[in-house]
Amino acid sequence: MEKTPNGSDKPAVTIKKASLKSSILRGSLFALAFIVFAYGFKVTRVSFEQINSPDRQASLTRVLRAIAKPEILEYEKIEKIVELGVYVPCQAGARIPEPASPGEPYLVMTPACANPRSAITLEGFNFEPFSSGPAFFIPSSEVKLKLGDFESGADGRFKIETKLPPRPDEAMQTIQAVTRINTGAPYFTQTARQTWGKIIETVFLALLATVFGIILAVPVSFFAAQNLMREITAPMSSLALAVLGWPVGMYAGAVIAGWIRTLSERLTGNPLLTLAGLGAALLLIWFLGRWAFPSEEEEKRPSLAMRLSRMAATVVVAVAAIFFLYMLASIAIVAGELLEERLGSLDFLGAFVSSLGEILHLLVVLIAALAGGAAFSGLLARLGTLLYRSLPKAWIFVANVILGAAAGAMVAGLLAAGLNWLYEFNNYTRVFTSSLLVGAALGILVAVLTRKRDAIPVGIVVYTITRTILNVLRAIEALIWVIIFVVWVGIGPFAGVLALTLHTIAALGKLYSEQVESILPGPLEAVKATGATRLQTIMYAVIPQIVPPYISFTIYRWDINVRMSTIIGFAGGGGIGFLLFQNINLLNYRAASAQMFAIAVVVALMDYFSAWLRNKVV
Amino acid sequence: MLQVRNLTKIYDGGVLALDDVSFDAPDGQFLAVIGLSGSGKSTLLRCLNRLIEPTAGQVLWNDVDITNLSEEEMRWVRRKIGMVFQHFNLVHRSSVLTNVLAGRLGYVNPTWSLLNRFPKHDIEKAMQQLNRVGIADKAAQRADELSGGQQQRVGIARALMQDPQMILADEPVASLDPVLAHSIMQYLELINKEDGVTVLCSLHFLDLVHRYANRVIALNEGKLVFDGAPQEIDDQRFKEIYGKDAERVG
Repeated sequence: MEKTPNGSDKPAVTIKKASLKSSILRGSLFALAFIVFAYGFKVTRVSFEQINSPDRQASLTRVLRAIAKPEILEYEKIEKIVELGVYVPCQAGARIPEPASPGEPYLVMTPACANPRSAITLEGFNFEPFSSGPAFFIPSSEVKLKLGDFESGADGRFKIETKLPPRPDEAMQTIQAVTRINTGAPYFTQTARQTWGKIIETVFLALLATVFGIILAVPVSFFAAQNLMREITAPMSSLALAVLGWPVGMYAGAVIAGWIRTLSERLTGNPLLTLAGLGAALLLIWFLGRWAFPSEEEEKRPSLAMRLSRMAATVVVAVAAIFFLYMLASIAIVAGELLEERLGSLDFLGAFVSSLGEILHLLVVLIAALAGGAAFSGLLARLGTLLYRSLPKAWIFVANVILGAAAGAMVAGLLAAGLNWLYEFNNYTRVFTSSLLVGAALGILVAVLTRKRDAIPVGIVVYTITRTILNVLRAIEALIWVIIFVVWVGIGPFAGVLALTLHTIAALGKLYSEQVESILPGPLEAVKATGATRLQTIMYAVIPQIVPPYISFTIYRWDINVRMSTIIGFAGGGGIGFLLFQNINLLNYRAASAQMFAIAVVVALMDYFSAWLRNKVV
Repeated sequence: MLQVRNLTKIYDGGVLALDDVSFDAPDGQFLAVIGLSGSGKSTLLRCLNRLIEPTAGQVLWNDVDITNLSEEEMRWVRRKIGMVFQHFNLVHRSSVLTNVLAGRLGYVNPTWSLLNRFPKHDIEKAMQQLNRVGIADKAAQRADELSGGQQQRVGIARALMQDPQMILADEPVASLDPVLAHSIMQYLELINKEDGVTVLCSLHFLDLVHRYANRVIALNEGKLVFDGAPQEIDDQRFKEIYGKDAERVG
């Protein structure tokens, strides 16, 4: 490239002279490109010998011809057999029977008799036009020896050159021409029916993975958006208490959920009692909830006593909600099983309801733990802010150091527990004391390094961690994830759903968060200025702005998932890929072709559908 | 009563946007803030409701130092301070009504509002405010379908939903033509006179200042260089505010 100044006052002539330096540069760039491509040819073993080799070309032709005839439709076939008596070698005085009646197909061998292994010409007359099939030589052992394939012309005649087999016999032997004629309506092959079943599985695999992926990717994307997370900061005391509060609150939430579960299991034996419990819990949640969360806040901040009693009411509501969820789950399980027995061919609906119940039953503990963690850590964080604002400076420093050490030790201890599980150190005292000490030291370091007014950028820390996890998850393809999930849940479409879901979360989380980062900041500022909370700001200023790009990216991901789900079966993830892989390995190219055809049709249809949807929605 | 004491803001890059600014604004005043672009007008207004965190100094509002409040307490202050923006800052894809209702977010319960549920009387109130600024018929339209002047009226209606004691207007008419500018300024004047709402309004044109403000403060490179009645700005003062090379147009 010429590096001539592009000023308008310079005449264009100066551009023509390339300096020696730029010539050398260009020359070496060319040499470099030459070397790069030469090495690339070597590494990827580009070979024109292979392309031109007749053997390879013959196999390619065979495969392409097989693929061109996908095993989709079949006909009933009628076999028509035409026979000719021959003597091999010639017998004196032997007589060959005349062809039956004129108009019937018949065969003629020239010469009429010959020695074994001698060349002959076989001709056929009066065959169905354009019929084809094999011609056999049948010795007295009745083992068919193939002479060749024939194909009749428009006049119903054919002619093949071939050799007689080494089967000498004094008696008359037979040459047979067999034609197969399609009759009746075509019907789908076994392969086609299997392919249809698997393609349905594939489409639903993609659907479930996309839906689950979206549900989890949307909240994750907010944590991975820098513009939302940058503002979130907290003083050291508040942050340390919040960190300490999470595991304690989660543990408490899980324990409480366990108690409620035992309590609810006593009631679930009796359906009437279950319904009554469900209703009572619902009423309690509704009325107490209305009181604890009034629809409009008062003019003045409510008194401390009022706020505390509302908090207590919230706890009661939360407990009632856990109870309600357990009841709902057990009702769903029972009702689902009942439906499964009664519905006959629609029993999958019942199975779905009872699966939902079981999933809910499992999730309640998780929900309770998360709610407990969030509530307790939020409470402690407020306490931390209060400490930070009311304590004198020196005391804040002391509190920061103590809380920082405790929080650091807690995080390090949990990390050590995780590592211990993974690597099986089996030396608890050393692992835990050392990690607790290191964590505490780090916590103290952070506390000492932060001055009083400094707020710790919690949001950026969370953002960085989320981004890192998303990048790692995204870097590993779904086809590899499925191997891990196959170990966990077994070979089949469920493993594929889980693997695709995981990859969808990572990919969409990143794409979504970039959309959040590119929204207009003005509305955010305006909504914040009205006194809205952070969640309200997201709901009213962020979400309306990101709906169109989110829908657009979701459709794009749906496209990708449909295509991914067609090959995820290669690694055991269910769907049509499993069948395709099997047929390719069995060299059954006509069956594989049917599956490839199905994939092409489905992907094309989904593509049209998503284009239509995009036009409608965005 | 708003009292600003030694307010200083230094941005992360080291830019001194506000330099030891002090002034008082009694309730019910229409206070204009003038100065060149980049003189710190926007920063000043945003420091008053802490959309921007001041580096030093105090903002006393009704004798409470709001620079020292927690995020949660700050929400209760912000909901009494309406804000109007140069670029209107409406949520384009939301309806006009939803944009106006957003002004109630500080009052309604956070949990219910997340489900997009507002009390009935808030919706009635929103319609009244839209009626007041003369665009009640546009309530169901998307905000970005409105013209600039109409969008700014939605912005004013949103601020009015807060039952504000003070409105901060950050160059509310800078993106509008002169006729629309007067119409928007008249709404602000009306709110100031009828409802007794304090208005702090940054402006570019001196004729608007003369026409609407009872008092002017001027900023130059973050420093307060003038505080007085609009009539007191003579040619000498004008040069101090806008620099030696400036020419008067208004």
